[in-house]
Amino acid sequence: MAEGRTPLWEVFVRARNGLAHKHVGSVHAADAAMALQAARDVYTRRGEGLSLWVVPSNAIVASDPSDRGMLFEPTGSKIYRHPTFYEVPEDVGHM
Amino acid sequence: MYSQALNTKDTAAADASPDADRFQARIDAEERIEPNDWMPEAYRRTLIRQISQHAHSEVVGMLPEGNWITRAPSLRRKAALLAKVQDEGGHGLYLYSAAETLGVSREELTDQLLSGRAKYSSIFNYPTLSWADIGTIGWLVDGAAIMNQIPLCRCSFGPYARAMIRVCREESFHQRQGYEIMLTLCRGTPEQKAMAQDALNRWWWPCLMMFGPPDTESAHSDTSMRWKIKRFTNDALRQKFVDATVPQGQFLGLTFPDPELRLDEASGHWQFGTIDWDEFRRVLAGNGPCNRDRLTARQKAHAEGAWVRDAALAHAAKQQRKAA
Repeated sequence: MAEGRTPLWEVFVRARNGLAHKHVGSVHAADAAMALQAARDVYTRRGEGLSLWVVPSNAIVASDPSDRGMLFEPTGSKIYRHPTFYEVPEDVGHM
Repeated sequence: MYSQALNTKDTAAADASPDADRFQARIDAEERIEPNDWMPEAYRRTLIRQISQHAHSEVVGMLPEGNWITRAPSLRRKAALLAKVQDEGGHGLYLYSAAETLGVSREELTDQLLSGRAKYSSIFNYPTLSWADIGTIGWLVDGAAIMNQIPLCRCSFGPYARAMIRVCREESFHQRQGYEIMLTLCRGTPEQKAMAQDALNRWWWPCLMMFGPPDTESAHSDTSMRWKIKRFTNDALRQKFVDATVPQGQFLGLTFPDPELRLDEASGHWQFGTIDWDEFRRVLAGNGPCNRDRLTARQKAHAEGAWVRDAALAHAAKQQRKAA
């Protein structure tokens, strides 16, 4: 029996309207419809969600962990991007 | 349901490299390790083994309880048991997914289980002879599993820790439904209470074995603790379980099958008798009461589902060709 590999899908669940879909895990399924069905059975047995996304895992492009410094450290020194960097006299009130 | 400290020997890494030092520093700082991060090969191997054994245990754990679905004493009990067995299947799937992030395929893991190379928790090689066994499994087996799994929610490997958080949330229903079954039996007729006592007699010692060999024998614990895969030793978790469980059994009016069980006033801990580690090793080596049945049932299910998997893939390929 030459059994092919069943594709992997990443599962995202929206817990309630107003919230973003959040990654919860993955499932194996032959096609998108079956992936949705499997995601429903595996990840929403207790009212965890109102909406599901399944995305083929190989469609996700991820940043390389070794690039983390190059990509994300520069913002550490840019404190002027935060509101607390600026001084506003207390008399002005909340801003 | 459960990860057993099987403590398989591994040539653990005395990995001395700048990468390994940085890795250990991250662990020490309670940082989580994610799949694409650098990690020592031994860390990867240890996790693949532990997570997949855990997943296999969930899947095989469906069998002893599935045995009673059609004979549950009421619709309420039947619905609860169905939901519980379905949860165990779900737990297996969360865990397989977590293992796969380490670079092992689902097919490989399934094959390891079906060929008998992979281990799973020894507890599932015991038979479920009466309805009271279903109560006992929920109360004791899931109770032991929870003891083990709560610290795993803080495991250093992110996907495993996240899967465990989901599992623990669901596991508490399992334990409570089991205890409720026991309580109903213990408040029932003398025959029903005797059934509960008989189940406790058979399951108590195997449940204590679920925590794995004693600390004096577990060569492996140190590395796992240093990597924060494991947070407590086997013996510490076992003691915690006994301390929590004995009063629950007393409330039921049941007697534990251990004449040496007594409360040590000074430490506040329940002291228990000697565990039969020969039995543990025998069951683990494949010679428990149900090892062959369990494996045969899994092999049969897999073989009989092959045409479904093939058909689904063929259908998907056809749809893709049509769309192209």
